[in-house]
Amino acid sequence: MSTVVEGLRYAESHEWVKVEGEYAYVGITDYAQNALGNIVYVDMPEVDDEVKKDEEFGAVESVKAASDLISPVSGVVVEINEKLEDAPELLNEDAFGNWIMKVKLSDIAEVDTLLDAKAYEAICE
Amino acid sequence: MEELIKTCLYDKHISLGAKMSPFGGFDMPIEYTSIIEEHNAVRHAAGIFDVSHMGEVLIKGTDAEKYVNHIFTNNVREIDAGQILYGMMLYPSGGVVDDLLVYKKSSDEYFLVINASNIKKDYNWIVENSKGFDVVLENQSDLFGEVAIQGPEAEKMIEKHLQIKVSDLGFYTFKELDYKGRTILVSRTGYTGEDGFEVYAVPEVIREVWDILVGSKEVAPCGLGCRDTLRFEVALPLYGHELSEDITPVEAGLSMFVKLNKPEFIGREVVQRQKEQGVMQKVVGIELQDKAIPRNGYDVEMEGVKIGYVTTGYHSISTDKSVCMALIDSQYATLGTEVDIRIRKKTFKGVVCKKRFYQKNYKK
Repeated sequence: MSTVVEGLRYAESHEWVKVEGEYAYVGITDYAQNALGNIVYVDMPEVDDEVKKDEEFGAVESVKAASDLISPVSGVVVEINEKLEDAPELLNEDAFGNWIMKVKLSDIAEVDTLLDAKAYEAICE
Repeated sequence: MEELIKTCLYDKHISLGAKMSPFGGFDMPIEYTSIIEEHNAVRHAAGIFDVSHMGEVLIKGTDAEKYVNHIFTNNVREIDAGQILYGMMLYPSGGVVDDLLVYKKSSDEYFLVINASNIKKDYNWIVENSKGFDVVLENQSDLFGEVAIQGPEAEKMIEKHLQIKVSDLGFYTFKELDYKGRTILVSRTGYTGEDGFEVYAVPEVIREVWDILVGSKEVAPCGLGCRDTLRFEVALPLYGHELSEDITPVEAGLSMFVKLNKPEFIGREVVQRQKEQGVMQKVVGIELQDKAIPRNGYDVEMEGVKIGYVTTGYHSISTDKSVCMALIDSQYATLGTEVDIRIRKKTFKGVVCKKRFYQKNYKK
């Protein structure tokens, strides 16, 4: 059973966003990790890369296939979660507890266009 | 689109909560728990696969031996009844119709096991080429269910839970035996690189075998996901990837299954020439230094120029390395050659290596 965390915002492409001031953490949802199966590699952006809403910023690879990561927000990458380089399976173990990138937002209003927990839960059914 | 076919074990997969996916026209289980867990169960203990999607064709008659040798690259005259050969059926071009197992029941009766996705094409091919041969052909694909029990513990599990003796079976041999009053065919074969067995029987028997072994909790139900990672690590080819209408067995590095010591078979001229003069393209192994994963269809490049493509690639579960098989220009196929693989927007360095990434563990 997929769980959804209240207070986060979600993209239809199954990424979550947690906003803290002018920054946002971005990860993949529990639904996404479950659909992918064993995650064995995360292709992450680099610090200072520019990301754009609805554009690809990397990929998550399961044993079987690669899936693009789509950025739910626009901005500049200020940090990546280096733990995932050696332990990509953390996304299977706790998708909401392991962010992939931290972005300095260029347009905080974009966040309002994302789904809330209830709306995201509905599209996962 | 045609409706997906359900195997005789379909309801078992659903009740085990398998992730299902189309494969070769069938609705097949990809994984039950996780590909990695199931892969490791087969490498270190025992797993059971539903392979009822595989096709079976029976060839009988006074010309059966002559006919099988006409359409098959290996030489069935050289084996005894009860033995099995792996090989291919070729087009006159040398390209592959399918790769298959041939079970010799007697010199006038052969049982062919073919790939699910090729059943119709193969059977048409077998019928078309039989003109002038005294043979009777029967597509028995709908008659049989099949399970593969694979792993170092497979023999023990079968003998313990099914109460049948299989320890006397040698590698690539088979026997038909009575199981509670019904005939089953058991062979010491598989597609994982581990010791193991394949069991063919009518659906109700296959369902019973499945229930007993899965119910024992000592044999893990395994999906097609790990079947592919297992066969890949030991460089067993998959039709449509390492072998196809456009890839000959010689190009795939499978010459040992092509026997030129018989007067003729379809495709012989081309593969004989390739064996003597060499090939333009070859299937090789490539190991990446990075963790990025080369996937089927990705380009292999040399100084920015495409020299081939990945046929199958994974982050190998058993060796923890990103590796692939790739079809590339022969001039770059020497072991140790450095190549680039294009993965999304970047290229990654790789080195041509042996295709066998993991040592087979057969009991011979």
